[in-house]
Amino acid sequence: MAVEAQSKPMITRQSSWNTLRQVFAPIGQILVFIVGSAVILGLIVVLLGLVLSRVMEQPNMLNGVFLLLPIVIVDGLVLGFLYATIALGYTMVYGVLEFINFAHGEIFMVGAFVAGGLALFLASNGLLAAIPPLLFVLIAVLLGMAVSGTLAMSIERVAYRPLRNAPRLVPLISAIGVSLVLQDLVRLIAGPRRFYLAFPDLGLNQRYQLFQVARAGGGNLNVTIDSKSLILIVTALVMLIGLNYLVNATKLGKAIRAVAQDRPTASLMGINVNLIIALTFLIGGALGGAAGVLFGIRYSTINPYVGFLYGLKAFTAAVLGGIGNITGAMVGGIVLGFLEAFVAGYLSLFTRGHFGGADYASMAAFLILVGILIFRPSGLLGEAVAQKV
Amino acid sequence: MKRFASALMLLVLMASLLAACGQTTASPSATTGAASPAPESPMASASPAESPMASASPAASAAASPSTSETATAGAAAELPNVEGLDLGTIKIASQTPLSGPQSALGTGIRNGSELGVEQMSKKVGMEVQFVPFDDQATEDIGASNANQIAADQDILCVAGHLNSGVALAALPTYKNASLLMISPANTNVRITDDFGANPAYRVVGRDDVQPAVAAKHAFETLKVKNVYILHDKTAYGQGVADFFRQLAEKAGVQVLGFEGTDEKSVFDPVLNPILAAQPEAVFWGGIYSEGGPLLKQMREKGIEARFLGTDGLDSSELSRLAGEAAVGVNFITIAGPVGQYPAASQFAKDYEAKFSAATPSFAAQGYDAAALCVLAIAKAAEKANARPTRQQVLEAMKEIGPYDGVTGTVTFNEKGDRVPATYFVIEVKTGDPAQWDQANQIINKIDISPEGQ
Repeated sequence: MAVEAQSKPMITRQSSWNTLRQVFAPIGQILVFIVGSAVILGLIVVLLGLVLSRVMEQPNMLNGVFLLLPIVIVDGLVLGFLYATIALGYTMVYGVLEFINFAHGEIFMVGAFVAGGLALFLASNGLLAAIPPLLFVLIAVLLGMAVSGTLAMSIERVAYRPLRNAPRLVPLISAIGVSLVLQDLVRLIAGPRRFYLAFPDLGLNQRYQLFQVARAGGGNLNVTIDSKSLILIVTALVMLIGLNYLVNATKLGKAIRAVAQDRPTASLMGINVNLIIALTFLIGGALGGAAGVLFGIRYSTINPYVGFLYGLKAFTAAVLGGIGNITGAMVGGIVLGFLEAFVAGYLSLFTRGHFGGADYASMAAFLILVGILIFRPSGLLGEAVAQKV
Repeated sequence: MKRFASALMLLVLMASLLAACGQTTASPSATTGAASPAPESPMASASPAESPMASASPAASAAASPSTSETATAGAAAELPNVEGLDLGTIKIASQTPLSGPQSALGTGIRNGSELGVEQMSKKVGMEVQFVPFDDQATEDIGASNANQIAADQDILCVAGHLNSGVALAALPTYKNASLLMISPANTNVRITDDFGANPAYRVVGRDDVQPAVAAKHAFETLKVKNVYILHDKTAYGQGVADFFRQLAEKAGVQVLGFEGTDEKSVFDPVLNPILAAQPEAVFWGGIYSEGGPLLKQMREKGIEARFLGTDGLDSSELSRLAGEAAVGVNFITIAGPVGQYPAASQFAKDYEAKFSAATPSFAAQGYDAAALCVLAIAKAAEKANARPTRQQVLEAMKEIGPYDGVTGTVTFNEKGDRVPATYFVIEVKTGDPAQWDQANQIINKIDISPEGQ
């Protein structure tokens, strides 16, 4: 196989400007995709509303479309960032090992349960009210990251490392096994009384009004965003910037990229490959755990099986964005979140209640994904890479 | 070129989906949903809402407890059979409910109640009975595989179960093939007795086509709700209830702003957005507290002020635990009132507390009655046969069981295995604290009605 020589001398010390650009450029890309998704999908539903209101002779339909639009956009944003944070972990591991860690959804779920357990523990001691809510979120995120990261690292040591040179399907099956074990282990620990773990009130119930939409029948509809969603979005962005900095501007990041490109050569250069892969799992798991904590805080009810579906959707988001690409994972998550929110919000309206939106949201979103992947098999931001041998 | 071909295929797929939906649009507004849980005939049962319920006004409710249960003292009903001294071999009674997982709070209550029922009733008739509880985890396939185990054990002559209609319907064919009597403490889905009535299914609770009728009556006449948004959890129980409620709403001229199903457990935003836009006066939830609780909490967090109505799936203190303060003001219909509602149940509640050191949950009393009826049927069959009865003989004996004085009042069955009349309660939640659930909640109304045609 002919290897194209990279002619850029990358050995020289990167200028700080370059570093900054690499760390913050993705934010711009994400913004573009957020605005793009919102505008394109918004235009589509408005056009559909125009056409269908004529066809079905429902003059009120267009009003319904405009009424829903801001709510759906806000929700799509929150859902998108949620998928994005989970997808980061998938992408990290895939980028280095070319292996889908199917237990990542459960690592995310464990993070959510850590936060829930902490909240309930503090509440039972009466300490929860004494701690400022944001401080609690910070503690919970750090604890969730620590637990999930350690868990991911130990899973790698036990279930994946012995299989590293086995055929590619073997670690995949091992991962599915791990995910089943984790689900039922958490179910055992949680017990029947805590199977559905409800978070106590954290005092994060402020809602910020974004704008008002006039209703057809008079009155206004207030479009609001709650502080929990804001925390989720801000934390997701911080996670992305931190990960970008780590991968692009530190020595560890360089080692990770080296291992991802060529494992044998990297080890010849004196990189401890086993350690780097373990650290990759630690970072990916920690991100998954943080996502789980944010999920628990935002939606306040979790159960041991919650990781399966969200893991699957986040994996899809990672593939959509271009698996192995960090910014791609974020972008894929955002696009998928928007698609789902739009389908769920509008399907019922456009089919006059014959298709429940929430019922078919996943199906329709995934169909559209298939459409996108037909034209961009490597994902939105992925590059067509020659198959490694 | 290939790409365009595949894109074209995708378009064709979507178009066919749209076409399918176009056909439904073309048909007149569907009276029976595709997943309508019952054949046409019982659909007409919206009328019980009109006849017997007209007499039940909220004012008369608290005072007028059913006269039958006033006179309920042991021995007032049919003579208890006595099989002391007969050599019957090992006789077992099985129970099947979720003992693990999210609905185990109710499932364990039924199991414990059944155990008490077997214990006390078998003493009364002088028969040795073993009680074997099974865990169906509220899942159809586990329930069905347990049913095979139960049917294979020839010592088991009767089943007291299940909690979930969907699970019961999955297990019933197996019971039917084995001619094994099943007495349900909690299944309200119409198909339980419409398809398997008296062969082998009986139930000590009301039916889904009556429950929504009570809910509709309460919503449209007492609360005077003008429009409603209906959600369900896509299960046999939830969708069944929701479908009936929709039909009754359309009959009553109440606007149905939306009808949606979701199997979400945590993230309800996608379902709630259209509700926020539609601004209904009330939201009706067909389903269980485990999803209803978080749904309600997120609904309030989103700023939806609509009233929240539901059926007996919401009847658990878990609703308060999951929804917190958001639970206050919820109205639900239940077939199993708080145990204090049954005049004959005070002793049962004391026994339950003594044996299991826990408060009596909803449906535990029904579990007691289902199991006690099991013992009675077996004893009657044994008395008649003067030997160990076969399963078929137990089924025959059940048909002639006559009125039985249970802890939930006097139980009488029609030939279909439905209880007549069954009691329904309308309850308003008054607390966000699960510990206060039984004391604080208020019974707004109490109605005894029989299913259509009785």
